[in-house]
Amino acid sequence: MLSIDRAIVDAIVAHARRDHPDEACGVVAGPAGSDLATRHIPMENAARSMTFYEFDSMEQLRVWREMDDRDEAPVVIYHSHTATEAYPSRTDVSFAGEPDAHYLLVSTREPDSEEIRSFRIVAGVVTEEKVCILDAGVDPHAVQSYMFGQSPATVDYECSGR
Amino acid sequence: MAIEVRIPTILRSHTGGAKIVEGTGDTLGDLFADLDSRHDGLKGRLVTDTGALHRFVNVYINDEDVRFLGALEAKLNDGDSVTILPAVAGGAPDFAAVAARGLRAGSPAAR
Repeated sequence: MLSIDRAIVDAIVAHARRDHPDEACGVVAGPAGSDLATRHIPMENAARSMTFYEFDSMEQLRVWREMDDRDEAPVVIYHSHTATEAYPSRTDVSFAGEPDAHYLLVSTREPDSEEIRSFRIVAGVVTEEKVCILDAGVDPHAVQSYMFGQSPATVDYECSGR
Repeated sequence: MAIEVRIPTILRSHTGGAKIVEGTGDTLGDLFADLDSRHDGLKGRLVTDTGALHRFVNVYINDEDVRFLGALEAKLNDGDSVTILPAVAGGAPDFAAVAARGLRAGSPAAR
């Protein structure tokens, strides 16, 4: 499961909207070993393409070194799909080189709603996971949990008790 | 001539979990061959069957991307530091890429 602050999700969605129709990409770093996504780092899409994204290799070196110096890891690696669903493509799977990262995909194909889904991609195997949005600004104890983009039968709607 | 090599998480299965290893070589290709003699299978993750640098990795000598230094032919000096990172890239499903190429007027795919 990916637990992530709503403010960071909002910033990722805003980045994806800003770069639409090109794909947007970036990282959310967090303390190594914590699995906490705390520091949003929007990255340049060096490919500047509607169907491909690629970190600039020099920017990546700088950001990865900075994470190393701060004892952080790339907890989330995100990118957008601008005309298709938020599911890893074959290219995404073949490049996925951070086995501990959550691969977050945002689809901006609909103009007024976003599909947000998260995956583990390890040795070519894609496993979807639940996304838990933490509303820290409201009440740190009132953790709300949403299932994004999964089959409706498994969505735990807040109103399900009624 | 010792060269420090930083290994990314995904390749540490070849180095017994080590994050930093040492090797020798006059060129990057020589260094990878030397590393492979102690870290079995590492070279196969960095170099393709046809002898080119794999597109799934970025390799840096000190602060430079080796793709701008001659790739596997890049020269190494004593005390250099080599960093290997997984290339972060991907994109929309292949059918979308094909469709986009087809739509671009004048492109070879559209003709």
